[in-house]
Formats: sequence, C-alpha cells, structure tokens
Amino acid sequence: MNSVLKRWAEIRRYPSAIAGMMIILALVALSVYTVFAIPYRQAIQLWRGGENLWIENPRNAAPAWFNLFPGINLPTTMVIESQGSPERKAALDLDGLKEVRIELPVSFTFDGFPKEISLFLSARYQTADPYITATWITPDGREIVLADQSIKREASIRLSQDTRLERRLRGLSAEIGLFADPNRQGEPVPLKGEYRLVVDALLFAPGDDLDAKLVVYGQLHGLAGTDHRRRDLTIPLLWGAPIALAFGFLAAIGSTLSTMIIAAAGVWWGRWVDALIQRITEVNLILPVLPILIMVGTMYSRSIWVILNVVILLGIFSGGIKTYRAIFLQVKESPYIEAARAYGASSLRIIFRYMIPRVAPILVPQFVALIPSYVFLEATLAVLGLGDPILPTWGKVLDDAYTNGAIYRGYFYWVLLPSALLITTGLGFSMVGFALDRIFNPRLRGL
Amino acid sequence: MDTDALLQVKDLYTWFELRRWGFARVGYVRAVDGVSFELYPGETVAVVGESGSGKSTLAKTILGLYRPTRGEIYFAGKPVHQMKAAGLKEYRAKVGYVQQDPFGALPPFMNVRRILEEPLIVHGVRDRVEREQRIHRALEDVKLVPVEDYLSKFPHQLSGGQQQRLVIARAILLEPRMIVADEPVSMLDVSVRVEILELLRKIQQEYNLGIIYITHDLSTVRHFSHRILVMYGGKVVERARARDLVRNPQHPYTQALLAALSDPRAENAHTLKPVPPGEPPSLLNPPPGCRFHPRCPVRIEGLCEREAPPEVETPQGAGHKALCWLYHERGEKKEEVAM
Repeated sequence: MNSVLKRWAEIRRYPSAIAGMMIILALVALSVYTVFAIPYRQAIQLWRGGENLWIENPRNAAPAWFNLFPGINLPTTMVIESQGSPERKAALDLDGLKEVRIELPVSFTFDGFPKEISLFLSARYQTADPYITATWITPDGREIVLADQSIKREASIRLSQDTRLERRLRGLSAEIGLFADPNRQGEPVPLKGEYRLVVDALLFAPGDDLDAKLVVYGQLHGLAGTDHRRRDLTIPLLWGAPIALAFGFLAAIGSTLSTMIIAAAGVWWGRWVDALIQRITEVNLILPVLPILIMVGTMYSRSIWVILNVVILLGIFSGGIKTYRAIFLQVKESPYIEAARAYGASSLRIIFRYMIPRVAPILVPQFVALIPSYVFLEATLAVLGLGDPILPTWGKVLDDAYTNGAIYRGYFYWVLLPSALLITTGLGFSMVGFALDRIFNPRLRGL
Repeated sequence: MDTDALLQVKDLYTWFELRRWGFARVGYVRAVDGVSFELYPGETVAVVGESGSGKSTLAKTILGLYRPTRGEIYFAGKPVHQMKAAGLKEYRAKVGYVQQDPFGALPPFMNVRRILEEPLIVHGVRDRVEREQRIHRALEDVKLVPVEDYLSKFPHQLSGGQQQRLVIARAILLEPRMIVADEPVSMLDVSVRVEILELLRKIQQEYNLGIIYITHDLSTVRHFSHRILVMYGGKVVERARARDLVRNPQHPYTQALLAALSDPRAENAHTLKPVPPGEPPSLLNPPPGCRFHPRCPVRIEGLCEREAPPEVETPQGAGHKALCWLYHERGEKKEEVAM
C-alpha cells in the first residue's frame, strides 16, 4: 500500500502522465457508460438491423454540432407526426364515410436544403383502401400537390425519388424544390418560414383512422453523424471504446504475462528447456504476424475472439522473452533465490513468488505502452476487411468510410472521428506508459 | 559411523563439469575435493580459507543446493546425498542458512512478515495464528523488538545489522538443528560484526545448534568457533581445536594466513609481512602433488610436487591434523637426506 502511494506521488510529478490517465479514465468511463446505456444485444441489433431500423435517419449526415461553427446553419432532421399530437388531426364524419385532415407544420429556418424528404402514412381500416391527397403549403402561400392516391396500411411516399414531382418542381428534386425560394434565379436558395403539409384522407368506414409522419432528413444528425446505411455513428464510436480497451488489455496482458512466465521457467530450469524456448522464439520472431492474421481471418474466422487468441498465441514467444530472459538470468542468481531453495521452496513457487514479482514492476510501463498497439492492430485488421463482422468497432467505421469513398465525397467526419478516438487512446496509454517507464526504470539498475 | 554427530561429511567431492559447445567435456572444476569432518550438536566448526578455496561450495553442498559428485553426508544419521525431493525438503527445515549479503538474501518486494511467513508456508504451517506466534518468537530471539515495529517494514528500510538479524530469524524459524553461516558478517559494518556473532552464539546455546561458520576472517574465528578447518584448493589442509590452531599453526599455509593477520602494534604498520607468493591454485587444473607446493616456503623437493600428502597427526596431538608431508615419516626422512 505504502509503495503504491509512493508511486502515485511520483506519477503526479509528470503532467503528461496525469493527462494520459485522464484520457484513460475518460475512455473507461465511456466504456462503462456505453455497456450499460446500450446493452450488447441492442448495440448488435442496431448495428446489424438494416435500414428499416434507421428509417428516420439521413444517409451520410455530418454531426449536428457542425452548426456550432460560425456561418454554418444546416438543417437537422425533423420528424413531424400526427400520432400523439391530436391537435394536428381533424376528423369529420360523413354518414358512413370519414374524412381526416392532418396538418403537419414544418418550421424551416436553415441556410441549406434537407438531404431528403419522405412521408410515411399508416392506416387502420377494414375494407376499402383509404384515399389521400397530400398538399405542401409554402410560407408564401403556394400549394403543391405531393400525392393523390389510395394507400395500403403502410405507405412510404419517398418524395425525393418522385420524378414526376421533380418535373413539376422545374427539375429540382423534392427536398430542394419544395423549400426553394421561387423568386431567386440561379442556384436555389431556401425560403425560410412556416411550411405546412396537409394530408386529406377519405376513409370508408367510421372506425378507420390514419396517421402521417413527415421526415425532413437533415444534412446534420446526432453526435457523430450517420453512415451510408443511415446508422447513427454514435453506436460504433461508443461501442468501439469498450471493445478496443478489452481487446488491447486482454491481448497485452495475455501476451506479456505468458511471455514472462515462459521466460522465467526457461531461465529457472535452464538446459534444454531454455534452449527450446529460445529456438521457438527465434523462429516465431521471423514469422510475419499480419499475414498470419489475414490468413486466419480469410480462411477460418473473423471473430474478434479468435483473432484475439491468435494475437496472444503469436505474442507469447515474442521478443519480450529475450528481454525478460536477460533480467531473469540476473534475478536467478540472487542470494534470496538461493535462500528460498535452502528453505525448501519448490521450483514453481520460486518462479511465481520470487522471480516474477521481482520483474513485474519493470513490466508495468511496457504493458501500458503495449495496449494501444493491440488496439491499432484490431483497427488495422478491420480496415483490411478482416474486422469482426458483428461488432461495431472504430476500425469497422474506418473500413466503411474507406470502401464508400468518404474522403473523396467530403464525409471527412466519417474518417476523422474514429481516427481521433484511436489516436487519443494511443496517446493516453503512451503518455502514461512513458511516464511510468521513467519512474520504474531507474530501479532496473538496482537489480 | 559416529552416532553422536549431528552432521557427518565423509570424503566429499563436488566437481563441476565444464563443457564446450554444450556437450564436449573439457574438464572438471574440483571445488570440493575430498573433505571429511563431523559436527556435533552445540558445536561451531569454522571453515577458513581464501576466495576460491571451495568453502562456499562445501556449504552449499551440505545445504543440498549442489549435488555431491562423490562422498557421503549424514545428517542425524540420515544420508543426505541419497535423499529424494520429500526427504530433502524435510532436511532443509532442519538446516538454517545465513548468507553473506543480508540485503541480497532478502526478497526486496516482501515485507518482514511475508519474508518470515514464506518458510512456514513452504513447510505447511497452515494456521495463521501459529505462524504469527512463530514469527514473533523468531524476531524476539534475534532482538528485533518491538516486533510490531518491524513486521511491515521492507528490507531496504532496515540497517545492515537488522537485515542480518532478519536473515538469522528466517534461518531459525523452522527450529533447525544446524545453521550454515556463509561469511555471515563479512559484508557488515565492523561495529556490528561482534554483535551478530554474539547473537549467533546465544541462539546456538539456547537451541543447542550445530553451526558451520564459513569465513575468510581468521581474527573472529578463534572466539566464535570450537574447531577450525582450513581449506586450500578444495581440500582441508589443517584441522584443530580453535585455540590450538591459532596458537600453533602447523601447515605452512595456515602459518602464512596467520602471519598475514593485521597486527595492532604501531611499529608494524611499516613492515611488510612475509606472504606466500603466487595465486590460489586453479581448481580446474590443480597442481600435482600438494596443492600448496608452488607457494610453499618449506616444500620438500622431489616429494611435494609429485605426491599428494596424506592427512597426518601433527606433533601437537589432540586431533590436530595437517595435510602435509612435513609431519609424515617419509617427509622427515627426505629432510634428513636433504641435510
């Protein structure tokens, strides 16, 4: 306890270590929050669920906080629906028939046009299909008929894809034409003000009913924007943290611990045990890790846990064995080891209770600095298309961004946000690791 | 076989094989080359010799840290050299080990309580309360009191003398019958050496321990041992009761060693002492005949460099023996011839 406090006092002298620890703590807090706020199953479902889950999200929208920058005032997504707002719906009974009028107000005050516009209708009826007319009323009083048709129980009217409507809007697709100021020439400019969408429905039974939902997809969405499949990027960015930390931590602990135990055992038993371990290490050192991982990924499984195990296995007989061996050879000759043998301690006890604890403090900084390299490895594999097919990770986001040409199409947030998280993680662990190295290493001389 | 003896070492050889390229045998380092002696309960036997004389190897062979190449070791009548793991473990509980460097002998990452708990755990003392009691008793025995002040300290927080007391506490913790002390005070401050040796003697008297006291320091030996073995080149060259050996050294090597002792008289500060020239013998290729003959001032030409001397009773009697032709009838005859 005492020594831990002393170490802490030493660490506090390094501002970089404090900053790094704050980053690590923030990442851990983020991970804990994520795991509880978005349980694993839910996250997988959201990540893999397909477009219907994300129907109200725009494609490739930038994060909503872009609007905080001066001079930027782009639309965010607006969802206006009649369900839950009775004041937007008026019903009129005409013996046997029923007329429903839904008015959806759209307050548009942005400098840019939306990305898309869609109308979703859901009807509850007994026999005949309802008949609807949708009219768009602009702030300056123009009325544009958007739809005039009978509908089934669920209808999605994708206005942006309606080519006839586009023609009526002088060749502008709906999300632009509906909001453009008709008095401006050249490049369309949005007209700000109160728009209304009026849906008049004719229902053929008194019990029938209809609800409407207008989605005006913004150019900005959520904390992290969305990807090409309308998925909210906060999910993979949040879930990337616990996965990256878990992968990095487990891989680092698995490979360093096993490496150290094997190095200690080799030194302790010496002779052919040591020789065998050294030869295996030398062979393993020239095996290329990445191609092996790619091979496993392509031919066996891309599950992150399989990859984790392969990484640990390849990490066991790593160069660390040589480093630890050099230290253990010194430790083995310590008089206290001889004393332990003289009072009858067994070989295993000597390895685990006398040799490894002596070297463990030296391992701590290396271990901390090793974590981000495994986090990067996971991201690298994902970018190479060998990421876990199920899990939402930072590398996966980068992979999607890359395959969808994010940089060329100007979706730089798609690349920058996961990269920033990866870099921050690496930076945090490295700063702590380097500081720890400076604190622990003078003791190496005292071995 | 001497049934009273606590430890009986018979004709013990500990050789280390030297290999080239991992398999080609080059030769042997003859660290211990035919040593025999007995140790009785309550007795201290000092093993004296310069560096490389094989005294530490002898200690470690007795402790079971090295396997003897040949020869026999009996502890309380049981053959140590034939013991398997279980027997050896039991034997190790009965033998304490005090090393030269007290700081090195203590694991730096364990506190006092943990250091003393280790041997007890190794030897299956499961009961926490019993362990605590035995630790307290051992620390009181070595005068590390009040015990509570020391239990949570780490070795680097103790002084050299306290560290060596702790090492002794660890050595007596398992209630041994014998202690092997390998240069227990040579790394300590001069001011605490006597204190530690007195402590060892007190503990010896209290528990009737046999002590093997290994040292290169002849000045303390007379006061803290009953018998002395002088080792040179892996062999015991002279053995006698402590007082006899210091007063009347018989072997030329012992005589040289004693002559090299510092003398407190002021006029001696400027006189050079007659020290035998040359270096300690190579244990890999020991000189033929008597190992001391290249440095011996009184060697008998034609005999000492050809034949190894047997151990003979010196004229002093009372078990005072030397490994030297001078006291053998053949040596005497040669001397007559030479004159």
